[in-house]
Amino acid sequence: MQVQAKKTEEYFIKNKPFYQRVADEIEIFEAAYQQKLPILLKGPTGCGKTRFMEYMAWRLKKPLITVSCHDDLTASDLVGRYLIQGGNTIWVDGPLARAVRAGAICYLDEIVEARKDTMVVIHPLADDRRVLPMEKLGEILEASDDFCLSISYNPGYQSVLKDLKQSTRQRFVALEFDYPDADLETDIIAKETDIDKSVAANLVKFANMTRNLKGSGLEEGASTRLLVHAAKLMHSGIAPTTACHTAISQALTDDSDMLVAVNELCSSVF
Amino acid sequence: MNAKTPLSSEDILKRLDIYLDVEFTFYHNEQHAKILSALPLTQQQYILAWVQRTASTHHELGYQFMAHIVDILNEIDAKTIEAWALHAMDTYDVKGLYPALEIIRNVSNFLQLSHEKEAGAVLEDESAILLHFVHGLSGRKLKLEEAEQAYTDTETIFLPALVAPLKNKKENFKLYKVMVAYCWAQSRFGTYLINLYTEVENSEYPEKFIALFHAVETLRLEHCLARELPGLYRQLCEIKSQLDNSTLDLQWQAISDQLQSEICTANDTLDIVNQYLNQLEPFTPYCYQGLLQPEITASVIQARINEEKKQLKNILRKMQDDFDEGKEPKPPQKMPANERFDLKEIKEHSSQQDFTMELTLDDQPIAPPENAKNLMSSILQDLGEIPDEYLVAAGDGEYDPSFFEEKEEDPDDVWKVPYHEEGAFLYNEWDFKRQNYRKNWCAAREKVVKPIYDNFVNNTMSKHGKLIKHLRKTFEAMRDDNKLLKRQTNGDEIDIDAYVEALADTEDGSEMTDRLYMQMQRHERNIAVCFMVDMSGSTKGWINDAEREALVLLCESLESLGDRYAIYGFSGMARKRCEIYTIKAFDDNYDEEVKARISGIEPKDYTRMGFAIRHLNKKLLDIEAKTRILITISDGKPDDYDSYRGEYGIEDTRRALVETRRAGIHPYCITIDSEAKDYLPHMYGVAAYTVIDEIRELPLKVSDIYRRLTT
Ligand SMILES: Nc1ncnc2c1ncn2[C@@H]1O[C@H](COP(=O)(O)OP(=O)(O)OP(=O)(O)O)[C@@H](O)[C@H]1O
Ligand SMILES: [Mg+2]
Repeated sequence: MQVQAKKTEEYFIKNKPFYQRVADEIEIFEAAYQQKLPILLKGPTGCGKTRFMEYMAWRLKKPLITVSCHDDLTASDLVGRYLIQGGNTIWVDGPLARAVRAGAICYLDEIVEARKDTMVVIHPLADDRRVLPMEKLGEILEASDDFCLSISYNPGYQSVLKDLKQSTRQRFVALEFDYPDADLETDIIAKETDIDKSVAANLVKFANMTRNLKGSGLEEGASTRLLVHAAKLMHSGIAPTTACHTAISQALTDDSDMLVAVNELCSSVF
Repeated sequence: MNAKTPLSSEDILKRLDIYLDVEFTFYHNEQHAKILSALPLTQQQYILAWVQRTASTHHELGYQFMAHIVDILNEIDAKTIEAWALHAMDTYDVKGLYPALEIIRNVSNFLQLSHEKEAGAVLEDESAILLHFVHGLSGRKLKLEEAEQAYTDTETIFLPALVAPLKNKKENFKLYKVMVAYCWAQSRFGTYLINLYTEVENSEYPEKFIALFHAVETLRLEHCLARELPGLYRQLCEIKSQLDNSTLDLQWQAISDQLQSEICTANDTLDIVNQYLNQLEPFTPYCYQGLLQPEITASVIQARINEEKKQLKNILRKMQDDFDEGKEPKPPQKMPANERFDLKEIKEHSSQQDFTMELTLDDQPIAPPENAKNLMSSILQDLGEIPDEYLVAAGDGEYDPSFFEEKEEDPDDVWKVPYHEEGAFLYNEWDFKRQNYRKNWCAAREKVVKPIYDNFVNNTMSKHGKLIKHLRKTFEAMRDDNKLLKRQTNGDEIDIDAYVEALADTEDGSEMTDRLYMQMQRHERNIAVCFMVDMSGSTKGWINDAEREALVLLCESLESLGDRYAIYGFSGMARKRCEIYTIKAFDDNYDEEVKARISGIEPKDYTRMGFAIRHLNKKLLDIEAKTRILITISDGKPDDYDSYRGEYGIEDTRRALVETRRAGIHPYCITIDSEAKDYLPHMYGVAAYTVIDEIRELPLKVSDIYRRLTT
């Protein structure tokens, strides 16, 4: 088979991603998209934000450009920079500029992780101007109607230092995500991994036990993602308790008492 | 004399006389010395060391230890001696001399218990895990406590201190776990939804009634556990098969089958009990079953119901007021005042604990705040429903706005009699004579320095105006400086100089370098520092002024530097009254309030340092930082009202600083003490330290030391 390399702005999601709707998030996203409003996805880790974006990109038939923000991400990394090639300087667009030009959906994952000065380059894009100033190039890029900016943010575990600034958050329509309720989550896991529904239900029961411990010993309960991991291991024949220990408990905590307790909860359920 | 030669009886006697202060206590040690003289040297030394340590706690304890150990030399190993002596000393700390002596005298009991403990599970060791376990199971945040037998009052689960019927620790731990799950199941599956207490009261044969009810209800709860926690249920059956007669006779089996369905409740149990009260004998209680305590439980539930009703009505009132606000003039009320709130079930739900009702106000759905949701599910658990009268907002008479103010307990209140340690942070203290910690010895409380809004800070600023300018400049220069790195292989911008040079190079035909970019390198100062300031009585006057001035300068410097910092004062009056004064917490801004607190720092009581160091270590560890620093500023020797004088205090302080080091925090001590320098190297040696003899210099020095420390 030949591997085909594609430019990111030409990358359309062809197969419908599996996304289980939880409330009216799809309609709201679509409305915001039509109204050219930027969107903020709020919610704990592993609750389906990235999956939702893939699904929406597919649904709106737009390319999706995702940037995972890290603490060294500079404005140039997003906007673009000059490079030297064969003795000449050439300008190379960053992913944000490419998305703006192509009218794609740009998803900045975990935006607060980025350097503070990076955040402000998205401001003019996120209000009704919808432009991207490219200072070094001396140009201003106007976004086409198709372009959509969306960012994600986990309010739970960030330190005060990494809070989202008011001037940033007040530009966005906020969609709140959380772990779906027990029946829905069971469905998601069963569909995503082909395991038995009753096993999936037990996984969700166990997950909710760990979520009860949030704030009294655990920083965060087990996410849907971790449940999917454990379910996949089980699907390949790993015993349920072993799968949970490795895929869930160990991911949640290093505290030895807590580990024992979480494992005991797990073996109570299975 | 050979180094391995045992001590003679005389040598031993001499030592014992010193350890036990025989000159004043008149103990007779001749006999004991003689017995000891027959032992090899290492054993002699080991025992003598423990006599010395126990005697340092109390002479009588040391003497009795000596008197008893000679009798059991053959039965006891070094590890057990240590455990025994430490247990006695810990008991002395908590309960006093007589209970401690009891431990020493009753050594055979201790030996037996320690054998049991070897194979048994000990609540003290397992409670952290069990508590997480029960919190994970959900529902109310149940507490754990020790009692003779297992039971629950629906708020606390009581467990025996030791569980040892099974062959090893691991198995016995499982029994604990099953006990906990069974108690949890009583709350979760509604054992107390019926009023057991009145049922017992009204019964002709109360004892028989409760025993039978307990047996039948146990069968019902076993079915619940089998459904809800199948894994745990398997372990329960395993344990039962080892410890109990777990096969039921035909009649009991039939009853069990009757209770198997998910829809069975405690009412079905009650029906069965009433039906068979005269024809059925309860089976021998299962090993995990513990007790039912209807009377205690009833009063706990009643108290909670009253409290939660009040709370709920208050929250509803607040919601209603918020709802009505801004609707002036008031629209005509369609509903009578006591029917405005309503609850509707939104859907059948598998787990009855999730709150799946919808609250409406004037027929409009309204989302209850989190605390109201928790209250409603707790009420639901107690009553099975939320009665209409609960859904009426508190009237003016019942309304208590203070309910919404943050209920911070006034730290001073706890000193009103009777004394209790609730809400205090407990810290160990190092007893050098005992060569061990006194457990939970200090009760520390946090208070906030009472702000004084005066001109102190401004005056200091103008007094030291030039110095402050200088400090600001120096500290600004230390800020995160972004360095522009030139000639990099990649970067945000093209390095024009390098590029021009490279182009020139290519003219002569040499190869073009790839180092053509510039990159901004960030240099992050990821430092958190905590200052611990002496507020003991001896700082009165000059020293206090100098300390406060030093803090003003420090804050000015640190503000321009941008490091995260906190400032706490400490003082104390004996071990139960250790106080930490917040001047500036890490999260506080350097604002008017903090300035007024600096101005409000005043001399209090004594200088007990250990607990303060330990407390602030904990605070520092909570902060995410690459480098953590603890700087103490004090005026001299540790000293307190009780025994924290002299060597004891010095050794505890030293020990606390060792703990600081071990935790990865850098300790640094600044002392304003010109005389007694002799003990400082020993006490502060584990840290780095500076002595300032001129109090006048303190303000400048503190900032200066910080600068040197962090560059
Ligand atoms: N509603 C949903 N429909 C389908 N799958 C879901 C849904 N929610 C969660 N998942 C599953 O959970 C996994 C993790 O979700 P995802 O990667 O979208 O998390 P995220 O919210 O982006 O987390 P993070 O903040 O850590 O990036 C997905 O791979 C998918 O299997
Ligand atoms: Mg994601």
